[in-house]
Amino acid sequence: MKNLVILGAGTAGTMMANHLRPKLYLNKWNITIVDQYKTHYYQPGFLFLPFDIYKEEQVKKVGKKFIPKDVKYIQKKIEKIIPEENKVELEGETLKYDVLIIATGCKIAPEETNGMIGPLWKKDIFDFYTYEGSLALREKLKDWQGGKLLVHITEMPIKCPVAPLEFSFLADSYFRDKGMRDKVDITYVTPLSGAFTKPTCTTALNYLLQEKGIKIETDFAIEHVDNDTKEIVDYEGRRIPFDLLVTIPTNKGDEVIEKSGLGDDLNFVPTDHNTLQSKAHENIFVIGDATNVPASKAGSVAHFEAETLADNIVLYIDGYPLKKEFDGHANCFIETGNNKALLIDFNYVTEPVHGKFPFAKIGPMSLLKESVLNHWGKLAFRWIYWNMLLKGIAIPFVSRNMSFKGKVFDIKQEKK
Amino acid sequence: MALKTIAGVEVKVTEDGYLEDMTQWNPEIAKEIAKELGIELTDKHFEVLNYLRDRTIAKEALTIRSVGKSGIVDIKQLYELFPKGPLKFSSKIAGIPKPTSCI
Ligand SMILES: Cc1cc2nc3c(=O)[nH]c(=O)nc-3n(C[C@H](O)[C@H](O)[C@H](O)COP(=O)(O)OP(=O)(O)OC[C@H]3O[C@@H](n4cnc5c(N)ncnc54)[C@H](O)[C@@H]3O)c2cc1C
Repeated sequence: MKNLVILGAGTAGTMMANHLRPKLYLNKWNITIVDQYKTHYYQPGFLFLPFDIYKEEQVKKVGKKFIPKDVKYIQKKIEKIIPEENKVELEGETLKYDVLIIATGCKIAPEETNGMIGPLWKKDIFDFYTYEGSLALREKLKDWQGGKLLVHITEMPIKCPVAPLEFSFLADSYFRDKGMRDKVDITYVTPLSGAFTKPTCTTALNYLLQEKGIKIETDFAIEHVDNDTKEIVDYEGRRIPFDLLVTIPTNKGDEVIEKSGLGDDLNFVPTDHNTLQSKAHENIFVIGDATNVPASKAGSVAHFEAETLADNIVLYIDGYPLKKEFDGHANCFIETGNNKALLIDFNYVTEPVHGKFPFAKIGPMSLLKESVLNHWGKLAFRWIYWNMLLKGIAIPFVSRNMSFKGKVFDIKQEKK
Repeated sequence: MALKTIAGVEVKVTEDGYLEDMTQWNPEIAKEIAKELGIELTDKHFEVLNYLRDRTIAKEALTIRSVGKSGIVDIKQLYELFPKGPLKFSSKIAGIPKPTSCI
């Protein structure tokens, strides 16, 4: 018997277990998946928890439920990968593998910024990228009296790069509904030169910030948080005061990647952009947030990657050359508040475009335009996630590679 | 794409003024681009520029963080050398493509 081991049972690992079990003979291949936790979280839901739009039970389920029965699930911490010996060390157990898939994701590292974890952490400084952080923020917002709210990105890359912007839009709606928008000053602080990571989006969508009265500070690379004066300070000494700081700390791959000597300076694993094979070892493949590929770190991206990777693992096992197929395709809903959302579709080289999705000319969803239907799409994504995505079922009519049909390439990149 | 004469050499540049071809670069070109950005180049600047060029040739993606760990400068010093655009300005002066940190 041969062994295929999947590290991490988050979005990407779970999808791979579901894709591969029917493709590999039961009498030839054991599949094992390892995760430290019992609970699988729907991370996109963390955006909605602080505003009481989702409840706890809507964003978590028992992870094992989504793993096929002929895949062995081990709930243990992964201690070290030893590629030279094709071994993985867990707490008190060692696994041998013939093929390894790394799907350990990434997580926030607030300790990377001086003063972030200080006296104000979880009092006036919050994150919403963790389950605990997002619930703590919900409690804070409940009786917050208003003041200066900063929504802040520490450094790129972060998972779901549009989430902080969505947070700002939802905060605008939330305080409006509470009748206290005039008491809250919202500023969006980013290390980039514009609100959106893609320049065409900045051109097409800047009006949203103006319309909602959200201020923006760009090119802000944080150096430390001053807990005494309640200010964030950048490397040039620029200071921005806050009453409430909602920050996206540095995102890093898991420590196990660092301990195993497999990562870059943020513990992301160097990975071939098109085949998803690790650069250092031919029998190690990487998927999802754990890779260093220049695509968005998003569940939708992991979904498109999973289709390519499943094919490539079978090709690899049978001794064929790998498909250089993955194009960085991402497809993201952006919640804009007031029950509306936008939809964007892009890849490694193509900027987001106007047009209709998924069917050319018909839609029904519009790209890069606010609509109520897109908002329903975003909410439906939760259902799709639990019922289709994790199980490796393809989303109808949406292909792994970006389609150019019905899309209009009419936006000029903003000059800087 | 456009042609531009910098320090007496005709070079290909992008819309934002980054060199299209990093092999057309030389220290005189660097000094002139730096002057346009209000920066007077010192030896320390050139150490950083050479590091950026080496890493680019090695096809590594550059970030402020990685330059801060280069052993040549820390992030604070990088900002002092290239105010307002530690990576954007240093890349432009080094004759390498505009950084694409953003996804
Ligand atoms: C606030 C927020 C909003 C988001 N919104 C969206 C959205 O709208 N649309 C979208 O497509 N994506 C969104 N995302 C991103 C999406 O959730 C991630 O991209 C996706 O979950 C990545 O999947 P993954 O499998 O790579 O990592 P994860 O799902 O994070 O899974 C990694 C798993 O590995 C396990 N693990 C790691 N290290 C170890 C170890 N040493 N031992 C044992 N187990 C380990 C972890 O426990 C975890 O279960 C959002 C994310 C956040 C935080």
